[in-house]
Amino acid sequence: MSTPAPAPARRPLASYVVGRSGLRRPGPDAWRTAGITVLCVLVAMGLAALLVTISGGSPVEVVDALFTGSVSDTAGWSQTLVNAAPLLLVALGACIANRAGVFNIGQEGQLLIGAMVGCFVALRLQGPGWIVVTVALVAAAFGGGAWSGISAAMYYTRGTNVVVSTLLLTFIAAQVVQFAVNSPSLLQESGMGSGPARPQSDAVPEYLRLASFGQYPDLTIGVGVIVAVVATVVLAVLLARSRWGFRLNMLGLNPMAARHAGIRASRLGGSALVLSGAFAGLAGGVILLGTVFRLQPAISNNFGWDGLLVALVARSRPGLALPVAVLFGALRSGSSYLAATGVPDYLVDVVQALLVLAFVVPPVLSALWARRIRNRAPVADTPARPSAAAPAKEEVPV
Amino acid sequence: MWLDDGGTVLASALRLTAPLAFAACGEYLAERAGTLNISVEGMMLSGAFGAVAVGSATGSPTVGLFAGAVVGLLVALVHANLSHRIQINTFVVGLVINTLVLGLTSFLLQTMEFSRTQVGMLRIPGLAEIPLLGVLFEQRWPFYLLLLVVPLTWFLVNRTRWGLELRAVGENPQAADVSGIKVNVRRRQALMWCGLMSGLGGAFLSVGLVGSFNSNMTAGRGFIVIAAVIFGAWRLKGTLLGCFLFGAADALRLALPSLGVELNPQLLVAAPYLLALAVMVLMAKSQREPRALSKPFERGLV
Repeated sequence: MSTPAPAPARRPLASYVVGRSGLRRPGPDAWRTAGITVLCVLVAMGLAALLVTISGGSPVEVVDALFTGSVSDTAGWSQTLVNAAPLLLVALGACIANRAGVFNIGQEGQLLIGAMVGCFVALRLQGPGWIVVTVALVAAAFGGGAWSGISAAMYYTRGTNVVVSTLLLTFIAAQVVQFAVNSPSLLQESGMGSGPARPQSDAVPEYLRLASFGQYPDLTIGVGVIVAVVATVVLAVLLARSRWGFRLNMLGLNPMAARHAGIRASRLGGSALVLSGAFAGLAGGVILLGTVFRLQPAISNNFGWDGLLVALVARSRPGLALPVAVLFGALRSGSSYLAATGVPDYLVDVVQALLVLAFVVPPVLSALWARRIRNRAPVADTPARPSAAAPAKEEVPV
Repeated sequence: MWLDDGGTVLASALRLTAPLAFAACGEYLAERAGTLNISVEGMMLSGAFGAVAVGSATGSPTVGLFAGAVVGLLVALVHANLSHRIQINTFVVGLVINTLVLGLTSFLLQTMEFSRTQVGMLRIPGLAEIPLLGVLFEQRWPFYLLLLVVPLTWFLVNRTRWGLELRAVGENPQAADVSGIKVNVRRRQALMWCGLMSGLGGAFLSVGLVGSFNSNMTAGRGFIVIAAVIFGAWRLKGTLLGCFLFGAADALRLALPSLGVELNPQLLVAAPYLLALAVMVLMAKSQREPRALSKPFERGLV
């Protein structure tokens, strides 16, 4: 930072989206990692195919069903995008936290709290539709942010483990929502007609639901999708180009160096954690106002966990999280077509977990391999400073 | 009347405590070695599934019980090698393993048929007649394995050279390393014990208590085990007390409606997590937590 570097040539916009190493010429490490990744994905797919075969199904039929349900026609694409939006939002939040080196795994709970707060606002606030919707979404983000803020406060004042506190808070969040939808004074539906009131909230009125463009057989794109995509672009640029993004990366890669450079870990890391919760909460608001329309204990439907997996596959890069979220969304929408093939739709969960492994393992293996090569080289040839064979560490910020 | 109700609730509390206690023995040992193992949930679930699968295939629930422990061990092998050999973040590994096990067991459950398989009751004559406390002596027989496992875990950690090295690895891996202890080997071994015990706990839940397997059977019990270890401030006695408290809270939740007592069920479900969080905040500065907990070890400058 001391000596001004010559101004770099302007890079095309695409590289902002892909990330810092976007259009840099890939070195031998990148090729090795890519090669191992391809191999691992093939192994994962092979394992999934094996699983289908031993359960008496046909892998070809399964792939066909997944394809039909997700991307074969515009209706499928619409469903895929509807699923991808909350996944992407959660993943964006996870990217921020991972970059800052605070690993938040409580998105499922933050999403639930976000949906609950959003529901509360949407049902209680009077006013013109678009204002109420906006306020509800912002409130949902605040709810999720506050929930992860508890973990942040605990970490930076008492030093409690973030992973454990976010994890435990997830289960508390589930009970908070259960309590809310079981208390008539809070959010339980006002039992219209006969029968006891069920543990869910009233439906959000028609005029407060998120608009979507396009009619059913054609491609429909909801507001949630647009919000998620815009957030992705903004976040990718901020992380790659802004002072905030630089500091965040610095904090995550080397907290000690960051501290010596004058970065306040509690403020920056804490706000990263809060922000990641806010994104999860926003995802909850989008699910509530975009698809489910009423608060139910099962409204989160694993979107929080899966969104975190998306971020892991994308290696905490917003630009990569976009296609990965679409892929996971496609798997989700395709899974409803699996019933016809006789293969349980839990297959999709297995495939997702295997995919994550297939993307998490290669950078580490590649780094190990590079170290082997380096160690085998004669001592005289060892460069004085870390060579290109070493920097694999930054590939895995989590 | 009061004694009868108390006995029923106590019996149910003990039944719900046992799976937690088995897994807690493993998690306690793993955490003392420095691994905050969140895949204990996946280990329990896979153990529960393996026990029913093998038990129903061989027709012997006892074989199933031990097979469940072995399945837990296999999951631990995967976790240990990913996180303490090639050094992937242990929480990432745990998260993926939990997802994978949940998906895989639910998938296999729908594609296979299992018969009912359950281990027998062991009633100790005489002692079982004691009012209230008699329920202690009328349990499924693997319950009494706790009498073996708990002292053994305590002995391993606190009275063997291996346990001393384990604790050293959990407190200060750099120092342990320079004194010749293989840090990551010890951590892998600790995870093996954790897998074995968690598998046994899960197996006890399925072939011991229920007799069959259903999807997501453990339902977060693994995370309650983590809460219990934190609640016990990384000591075995406190951990087991935590297990009993959380088991009792679960039993109360089930029993209260029939006893006619009004208590918020959501609060009872959330109680273990709330207590664990409170203990984490209160104990944060007490130095009870293994100092290198959840910090990966790699040789080199700190």
